[in-house]
Formats: sequence, structure tokens, C-alpha cells
Amino acid sequence: MSDFTFTIDGTEITAKEGQTIMDAADDAGIYVPRLCDHEGLRHQGGCRVCTVKADGRSVSACTQPAAPGLTVENETPHINKLRRDLVEMLFHEGNHLCPICEASGNCELQAMAYRLDMTAPTKFPYLEPCRPVDASHPDIALDTNRCISCGRCIRASQDVDGKGVFGYVGRGIHRHVAANGEDLSHTDAEVTDFAISSEVCPVGCIIRKRIGFATPIGEREFDKGLIGHKISAKRDD
Amino acid sequence: MTELPKARIATASLAGCFGCHMAMLDIDERLIELMTLVEFDRSPLTDIKTFTRRCDIGIIEGGCCNEENVHVLQDFRKNCDVLIGIGQCAIMGGLPAMRNAIMHSDEPLRECLEEAFINGRYIRNTTHNIPNDPALPLLLDEVYACAEVVEMDYNIPGCAPTGDVIFETLSKLLAGKFRGFERETIRFD
Ligand code: SF4
Ligand code: SF4
Ligand code: SF4
Ligand code: FES
Repeated sequence: MSDFTFTIDGTEITAKEGQTIMDAADDAGIYVPRLCDHEGLRHQGGCRVCTVKADGRSVSACTQPAAPGLTVENETPHINKLRRDLVEMLFHEGNHLCPICEASGNCELQAMAYRLDMTAPTKFPYLEPCRPVDASHPDIALDTNRCISCGRCIRASQDVDGKGVFGYVGRGIHRHVAANGEDLSHTDAEVTDFAISSEVCPVGCIIRKRIGFATPIGEREFDKGLIGHKISAKRDD
Repeated sequence: MTELPKARIATASLAGCFGCHMAMLDIDERLIELMTLVEFDRSPLTDIKTFTRRCDIGIIEGGCCNEENVHVLQDFRKNCDVLIGIGQCAIMGGLPAMRNAIMHSDEPLRECLEEAFINGRYIRNTTHNIPNDPALPLLLDEVYACAEVVEMDYNIPGCAPTGDVIFETLSKLLAGKFRGFERETIRFD
């Protein structure tokens, strides 16, 4: 099968065989919000922030293959409300105190909250879990209060670094990401690993020591524009 | 032509650092413009401690960490037509809410007090007591966001929000034209 077309919010776009809705949207300069998906990593389809309606059915754009003639809804008030609920729940599930977080301004979760207009207190209760901080490694710290279990570090370590430093443990609400060892210093994690790089962890959980506030608050990634603006910019060009 | 009556504003700092009140002063010279539209009732800025009459707008910095905060907040709800939370402390507890979960304890309040007054490494507390003077307001078990205590009408996010955002929001509210924030201006830091 060769290239084919489908529509996103009424705009016709071209997709290649084997592309997901999100891949094709990215190429066309249409941003679909996402948290667990990251360029260069295998798709997981876990966070559902990329939910779109494809011919009326809710699907995750990062895993759903594009198909000829598909009608996709992406930026609608209804879908963005669903996405905002998901993002709010992530804030409530962990301990997110942005004003003291060194990821603030570079954090994709926070930036998603901005994009989805999350300004008011929500109706969900804060779960306020007790979660550990692992500062055992000389160059890396893990503050799991902020982990959203997106699994990006797991895939990056396994597939790119060929290591397996991180893995999921527990089930259901208790499922979380943990280092594959007594603590991080008992793994072969290195600060030069792709899994540890700033682009992999979307939040402030994986911390590279001693560089925390090198860039001041107010001059960081998402102070320069809404999350996704680089993808939408392709379209404006 | 008769002058429009000025909107009456009251403000309070609850469990906050006063940074949000300082941020209101970041409105700078536009304060003069704003003062043609508003006048202040009870507020740390006027040092008036109780409501002199009903107010149009109440602005709350900080969440509730003690009994007194709750009483003040309820008093504001009772005496203000529109109640605005300003800053992350008011909206979600903010920095004081660190004591709710981050202390990693079943009794976070006790652990927090013991760390602050007894066990902390840099403490010079010769009595080794946790202060318990009856004049001190009773601490709550947790720090609560304002919306967990009373209904809030609007919230201005940020820590602290910029003078620009505060000015824009207040001006639009006074003109009856506030329709939410520009997404590009939303910040939690
Ligand atoms: S990880 Fe992101 S959302 Fe969580 S506290 Fe840090 S900046 Fe805020
Ligand atoms: S540590 Fe970061 S990258 Fe890994 S699962 Fe948690 S949030 Fe995702
Ligand atoms: S939101 Fe920030 S600036 Fe405002 S009172 Fe709280 S800590 Fe201070
Ligand atoms: S980005 Fe698609 S499910 Fe997370």
C-alpha cells in the first residue's frame, strides 16, 4: 500500500503505510498531546493523554495505525476536557509541588496542564502518597514523588542503552517504576545514559545532580512556548 | 456625571510566604490606574484587621494550615461577593503542603514539628519543647487548599503570579470581561 490520506479536525493529511495517527500528525505539523510517547522510543500507549476520536471511537493516537479515509478529532473541547481530567489525576496521584521542583518550566506534565488550561483546583482528592527519594547514586537522584509511571526511562534503558536500569513493580494503583536493584547505586546506571538524559523523564523524577538551577525559572523550555509548539510550527512554515 | 462607586477589596495572607502580596505591588505604576477603580478594606496593606463593611472582592494568599486561617477564610467568604485565590499555596496548598506527604510519616504533623523544634540538625532549642502557648493558633492535621474549605470563585495561578497577570486579571474582572487566562501566561512557578 502506498501513501494515503485521512483527516484530522477537517484537515486532510497524508500518511505512510505503518504510521500511527500521531506519527502522521507530527509529519503534518499537527500536535497531538502526549506524555508516555517520545520520539525514538517504542510506543507504550499508557497515559492516554493522546486520546483522539477516530471515526467516533476513543483511541490512543500514539498506538492506533492511521487508515485511509479515517476521520480523526483532536483539538475539540470535549477531548481536551478528557485529557485535562487525565492530567489532573496525575497531579493528584503523586506529589507535585511545582514551586519547589527543579523540573518546573521544563516539565511536560506541567506544560500539558498549561496547554489544557488547568488553572482551578480540581474535585479529585489529593492522594498524597509516601514515596521514596533515592539519592544513593553519585550523579543521579530519583524523586519518585513526581514519577507518573510513563515508562519512558524503562524503554530508553532497555532499548537504547541496552541496560534495564528501570522496571515496573506492583499492580494497579500500586504499580510504580523502580530501579532494578537495591537502589540506583546498585545498578549500572550512568549519568551519560540516554535514559537519564533530560529528554527522557518528562517530569522531575530523574534528576542529574549538580546542574539543578543552572537555567533560572522563567527562562526554561516551556517558558518559551506551549508544549507542542515546535510541532505546530512545522505547519506554519 | 456622578462617579462610579469604587470596588472595595479585602486581602489576607494565610499559610503563604507573603510573596503573592509582594507580587501585587509588582503591578508598579499601574497601581495608580487600579486605585482609581478600587479601594482597600481589611488587608495587610492597610493594616485594617476586620471587615469595616461588605466587600466586592476578597483576595486570598495561602491555604489553611491552622485554625485561624480557616476562620479568616470563612469570614472572607461571608463578607465578599467574589473570592479570588492567588498563588499555588491558595490553589493547592503550595509549599506548606510539603508537610502533608513529603515527611513520609503516618503522623506528618508530629514529625514536622519534631524536625523543626527537636531533631533538626541545626536547631538551637534549649527547652527541647514544641511551642504550645495557648495564644498560638492550633495547627491543622494537614495543610488544606482554600477550595477544600470554602467555595472559591477565581484562582490566579503562579508562585507568585506576575504583576502583569494580576493586573490583567483584576482589570478584566472589574470590567466584567474576565474569560479565563491566556494559556501562554499560565505558570505554576
Ligand atoms: S514534576 Fe512537573 S508537575 Fe510535578 S512538581 Fe515538578 S514541575 Fe510540577
Ligand atoms: S522516572 Fe520519569 S521517565 Fe521513568 S516512569 Fe517515572 S516519570 Fe516516566
Ligand atoms: S504561591 Fe508562592 S509566592 Fe505565593 S504565598 Fe505561596 S509560596 Fe509565596
Ligand atoms: S502518548 Fe499515547 S498513550 Fe501516552
